[in-house]
Amino acid sequence: MLQVSEVQRIVKLARIDLSDNEILKFQKELASVLEYFEILREVDVSAVEPMTHSVSLQNVSRKDVVKGQKPDMAKLLLDMAPETKDGYVKVKSIL
Amino acid sequence: MTPRIEKESFTIRQLHEKLVKKEVSAKEIAEEFLERIKREEGTLNAFITQTPELALAQAKEVDEKIASGREIPLLSGVPCAVKDSILVEGVACTAGSKILQEYIAPYDATVTRKLREQGALFVGKTNTDEFNMGSSTENSAFGVTRNPHDPERVAGGTSGGSAAAVAAGEALVALGADTGGSIRLPAAFCGVVGLKPTYGAVSRSGLIAMASSLDQIGSLAQRAQDAEDLFAVICGKDELDATSLEYEYKPLENFALKNLRVGVAKEFFGEGLMPEIAERMKAVLQKLEDAGATVQEIRLPHAKYALAAYYIISTSEVSANLARFDGIRYGKRAAKIRTLLDGYLQSRGEYLGDEVKRRIMLGTYALSAGYYEAYYLKAQKVRTLLQKDFQAAFAKVDVIMGPPSPFLPFKIGERNEDPLAMYLVDLYTVPVNLVGLPALSLPAGSVGNLPVGLQIISKPLEENLLFAVAKELENLV
Repeated sequence: MLQVSEVQRIVKLARIDLSDNEILKFQKELASVLEYFEILREVDVSAVEPMTHSVSLQNVSRKDVVKGQKPDMAKLLLDMAPETKDGYVKVKSIL
Repeated sequence: MTPRIEKESFTIRQLHEKLVKKEVSAKEIAEEFLERIKREEGTLNAFITQTPELALAQAKEVDEKIASGREIPLLSGVPCAVKDSILVEGVACTAGSKILQEYIAPYDATVTRKLREQGALFVGKTNTDEFNMGSSTENSAFGVTRNPHDPERVAGGTSGGSAAAVAAGEALVALGADTGGSIRLPAAFCGVVGLKPTYGAVSRSGLIAMASSLDQIGSLAQRAQDAEDLFAVICGKDELDATSLEYEYKPLENFALKNLRVGVAKEFFGEGLMPEIAERMKAVLQKLEDAGATVQEIRLPHAKYALAAYYIISTSEVSANLARFDGIRYGKRAAKIRTLLDGYLQSRGEYLGDEVKRRIMLGTYALSAGYYEAYYLKAQKVRTLLQKDFQAAFAKVDVIMGPPSPFLPFKIGERNEDPLAMYLVDLYTVPVNLVGLPALSLPAGSVGNLPVGLQIISKPLEENLLFAVAKELENLV
């Protein structure tokens, strides 16, 4: 059974702020899903290779060249940031 | 209640002909569909954002082209709805999330660029479960989409808005995206055609990512021919998506159901399947046999593990993909924060919905030290076994058929209290995403007033076979 302390560890890793009540709610819900995952214990996977992708592609490469963008692209992208200054994205202090 | 849905009196090709012969203008088409949207939206809520001005401007361009005697592409003047996780330049793109409520797409997705070049009319952005996570659109931050066949019931998800819009005639065709059934399930629930293409057949550039190894954009329409015509335009290699494949679509000519080898897996007719749906499937299979197809039983022994493997792999990819929603480069940022870390924690805590948080947490857990091998690696090995199952089956049959879901459209609120109950809705749709196969959901009659779908699965890159079968079956069921 998934412990509350483990949920606290997960939310810290996932960078999500949750109240104590929410942690309790998620603990129950996640526990029941993890319990369902136990069904995979039945499967013998010895000598089976993992599959990361359904299409086996070779490395795809292209020339590293600068292509033209529409002139206002930088502005459009910056406009989507919650806070900017002098053409940069602004963040809060790290400490 | 009386069904408000009438089959369109025209298809893409008929509409094209009418435009070319100047029997109707693109402006008139746009106005007609915008009027329908106005009429239906009070009930359905299929759209998050309506774009009447864009559609009318696009229609004007089409009309000018026709007036000047130039040829127009097939999709010119075709009213198209776009799932709100796909970017349309200059239009809000929320992916059903509060965190992106104020986000305006700075560029077109590759698929929308292609449709724009064709002269399609964008009528609006359709509702979706937040970041494509759910099976009913109940996880949208902008309200549930109601099923046009019964407004008390869900339209399915996550592309529920696209499916409902097409079913109710608010758009002739729609784009959706399918990670674990998100096109096929709502198509089945709303009684329309929905294609989840082969992984890599359609560029994902400009699709807000949920699980990158599973996501695929596809087409929805009332008729298979229209879904095929839309797919033929959006598929193909794109340098902006390194996983996209060289693909020139060619419809199958002179196809007949006679001698088609149809596989039926008992794993898709298991415990929990509603008996009424099983009955419908039997009736359809009988019609196929009557038409000369052979129906044989096949085995997919690992299909019963697909759902668990899917939810481990997809949530793992979700936990990585959604790390970008941190209130820095785009999206909302919590108001009162002091430090960088506060900003991450509170913006995500405040503006992401519960299902999204749940899946980020599941994925974070599955990838974390000490659990990686038991969950993520194990699930990827099960994925290999499932692929072998399908390869063995396709040595014997051309297509595999079964129900897209064990359930009929359920009542709003019926399943969303228990996450696992909602996940079980995806039981029959997730296997093909894990393996990257194409699959199509086709209307296959109804139980009472509720539509039932038929899922048809083929080998990779055989979308033309799926459409050929669907076009034949449409006339039979």
